[in-house]
Amino acid sequence: MATTYTLISSVTVGAGGTATISFTSIPQTYTDLVLVTSTRTNRASNINDELNITFNSNTSSYTYRRLLGESTASSDSGSTRTVLIVNGSTSTASTFDNSSVYIPNYTGSNNKSFSVDSLMENNATAAARQLVAGLWSNSAAITQIDLTSSSSSNFVQYSTAYLYGISNA
Amino acid sequence: MASTYEKIATTTVSGSATATVTFSSISSAYTDLVCIFVGNQNAAATAKLRYNNDTGSNYSQTDIVGSGSAVSNQRRSNTDSFRLYDILLSSNPINTFIFNINNYSNTTTYKTILMRSSDSGGEVGMAVNLWRSTSAINRLDFLTGATNWSAGSTFTLYGILKA
Repeated sequence: MATTYTLISSVTVGAGGTATISFTSIPQTYTDLVLVTSTRTNRASNINDELNITFNSNTSSYTYRRLLGESTASSDSGSTRTVLIVNGSTSTASTFDNSSVYIPNYTGSNNKSFSVDSLMENNATAAARQLVAGLWSNSAAITQIDLTSSSSSNFVQYSTAYLYGISNA
Repeated sequence: MASTYEKIATTTVSGSATATVTFSSISSAYTDLVCIFVGNQNAAATAKLRYNNDTGSNYSQTDIVGSGSAVSNQRRSNTDSFRLYDILLSSNPINTFIFNINNYSNTTTYKTILMRSSDSGGEVGMAVNLWRSTSAINRLDFLTGATNWSAGSTFTLYGILKA
């Protein structure tokens, strides 16, 4: 039986950090994509940071609904692509987020929905977990995914991101 | 890469009269199952998931759901199925449900199933479901709460191996 969960590409941030984690020229041969991250940014004076996910370098036409568990539960919605929550510079040392993004039917001609399960733990207050239902209202096939800090911070060394392709054929 | 995540079966709804999607004779050769649903129903209603076609009152669940402005949580006990709430909206054709069915083939313990749901036009949530049976799961039935599953909806079942 065929293997269906295949690593497409991975990124490990080196010394000095980086502002953007990119996956380009994504093969169009899978059914779904899964992006798994373990990241942290150098956002100053903050326990956490949030990440933007950008498809095909297009920064418009994103909407989301979110379920957030922090010290209490809340829910909100918006028109941004800020959908992951990660550790910032003042969170517990050596602690990185644990997030996954599921993108079904990424080569189709429908608008692209995606599901995010993202969390950052911290041995103090302000740890958080969120579920996000995201939508990119664009019919183009996804060929590129970029992750950036919404606070324009940098990913720190040892941050990782893995992109997998899943095929149901 | 070791072959540990394999497609077992996939169903794409092609007609307008599909009320139930069934995976039967599921192999017990895997450690865990993952099922991905992408699609919709033809009306907003509570869909259901059953294991081994068990219609007894052997299911219970705990949900937490965000509407985009409010949070709600809910408990259900002694139901006849795993209720997938009312978040399948006909106005949004691209809901995504992810089911993790761990240790599904053991014959010693009851089965616990995790679900995450994503509807960018409706609600986002997660649930845990308990099926009070020690039987190995060998069949899944996804029952629409409306009249039909929408054409183009896909259900894919994967098996995960630990060895």
